[in-house]
Amino acid sequence: MYESMLKQRLLDEKVVELYRKGLIQGIAHPCLGQEAVAAGVMANLSKADLIVSNHRGHGHSLAKGVTERAMLSELFGKETGMCHGFGGSMHSSDLECGVIFSTAIVGGGIPLAVGAALALKMDKKTACVVCFFGDGACNTGAFHEALNMAAVWHLPVIFVCENNQYAVSTPVIKSTAGHIYLRGEGYGIPGKLVNGMKVLDVYEVASTAVARAKKGEGPTLLECETYRYSGHGPYDIGLDYRSQEEIDRWKARDPIANFEHQLISQNLSTTQELQTIREQTRRRIEDAVRFAEGSPYPPKEQLSKHVWA
Amino acid sequence: MKTLSYVEAIREALAEEMRRDQKVFIFGEDVGQYGGTFKATKGLIQEFGPERVIDSPLSENAIIGAATGAAIMGFHPVAEIMYMDFLNECGDQLVNHLPKLHFMTGGKLKVPVIIRTQYSLGRNTGAQHSQFFPSFFMNTPGIMVATPSTPADAKGLLKTAIRGTNPILFIESAALYASKGEVPEGEVLIPFGKSDVKCHGRDVTVVAVSRMVREAINAAESLSSDGISVEVIDPRTLVPLDMEAIVTSVKKTGRLVTAEDGVKTSGVGAEIIARTMETAMGYVEDAQRVACPDIPAPFSPPLQDAYMPGKNTIIETVRRMMSRDPRS
Repeated sequence: MYESMLKQRLLDEKVVELYRKGLIQGIAHPCLGQEAVAAGVMANLSKADLIVSNHRGHGHSLAKGVTERAMLSELFGKETGMCHGFGGSMHSSDLECGVIFSTAIVGGGIPLAVGAALALKMDKKTACVVCFFGDGACNTGAFHEALNMAAVWHLPVIFVCENNQYAVSTPVIKSTAGHIYLRGEGYGIPGKLVNGMKVLDVYEVASTAVARAKKGEGPTLLECETYRYSGHGPYDIGLDYRSQEEIDRWKARDPIANFEHQLISQNLSTTQELQTIREQTRRRIEDAVRFAEGSPYPPKEQLSKHVWA
Repeated sequence: MKTLSYVEAIREALAEEMRRDQKVFIFGEDVGQYGGTFKATKGLIQEFGPERVIDSPLSENAIIGAATGAAIMGFHPVAEIMYMDFLNECGDQLVNHLPKLHFMTGGKLKVPVIIRTQYSLGRNTGAQHSQFFPSFFMNTPGIMVATPSTPADAKGLLKTAIRGTNPILFIESAALYASKGEVPEGEVLIPFGKSDVKCHGRDVTVVAVSRMVREAINAAESLSSDGISVEVIDPRTLVPLDMEAIVTSVKKTGRLVTAEDGVKTSGVGAEIIARTMETAMGYVEDAQRVACPDIPAPFSPPLQDAYMPGKNTIIETVRRMMSRDPRS
């Protein structure tokens, strides 16, 4: 889980750097600060389990097993990317790793996850689907339609809301009535509030939810309270709608620094070991950047190649 | 040959494909015990069970989204959206996801979702239950569009659709459900992108869609007694569109009329005429669209009659076309 969080952190720090240099084009949304959610959930999943991710999804895919090379090449729009450069940061898939799709439409992935869970149930497979989305998605119709559908059919799906406090610039308290996790109750499914800055807390609630889904007992809604350190995108840190004090307050709860502290203080790891993991992770990302930069773009002749299957 | 109604032909196609492939399932509002609002799925739950004929909640966006998710996982869902108007409830899944997933993933995901729906123009159902807007989906790359006009075409196109690998919008006409026609015995498969010439003629080409095909055939019969020879082409699928057949016909007749139940502006006819002009400008003496005016469908029956195109609108358009000098 430490490695998973670190990988997400270092990769998205690199993405911000590359974006600001103009090397990554378009739109990219870093998950800096939110890494514990993907790491804690994914530690409960096997390869056969599936995820649906969203526009802030680099971390989810990495944590589910997509390689740094495939991810960064896709962000560069290169042929070696996980979708051959056709999807980019916001629209990608890698079924071999269990990543069904990352959608750029807020809330749009939730019905897809329910359909995939329906397929698992029809195929009588013991696996589950985890759907990641933000607090903003909880105010879309798709969220409510999909939660109801999953609940009424007891589907093996776990809805993971990463409540990072803002939908672009609009704070949750100004846009979202009640508590997100309590919305599960309205559909007769368990809703849990969890500290999304603590990977072990996330791990524990996700473990219960995954077991429940695989036993055929139906969906769970997890609301993970977390925070995005960057602004909505990598171009700023969003100081026009929130204060530096607020950002600093959340950064003091940093999921990676605190987990490092915990691992060392409980003698589960040493500074040296963690440093080695950090160095190896950094090297893999540097390698992936070089690989992506050196890879070819898809040829123009491929423009219409993937319209029809 | 046997005689089936349009809705029976659809039901037969569904049953045959469900027997053939365990991965085909039906999904939508009231499709189970109730048999669908228009009875297209009547009796299927008895044969295939509630696991394969699934009554869904009233959640159109989630119906298409969940069908898409299941298709990614290897199923062939046939989703039913009760009225074409309700496709607007599915906008995100239908426009932003389904047609683009194969493309956005560089060809990795396949999403063979069939969406069966119908439009009810002609049944006095008013502005929210009458709309026919296939041109919107001609403008949305990545989803095929079928508009069968006969029982045989309905069966053959639906079976082909279910065996395909792409998302398909299958638009039925409620006004045609009870209409009967001959359907070949045994396996009926009709390819997409292959039009059907309903009657041959030399003076005017009428390209008619869905309910308007029958109206065009009737118009051609009337016009023949005036000595006007009309060729009627049913494209059968709008995406892909058999432009080759249309252009070949227009090169022969020099006159093109399109006939559809949608509103005129930016409709199917606009696209067909534009494409014809791009390839056969020099051959076209005149081109006209028969369609609904740019007005929402009215409820009041006499107003609906005034609003809807039909046999007489086609006859008037053709006569006007034949009697004037297009350069004047």
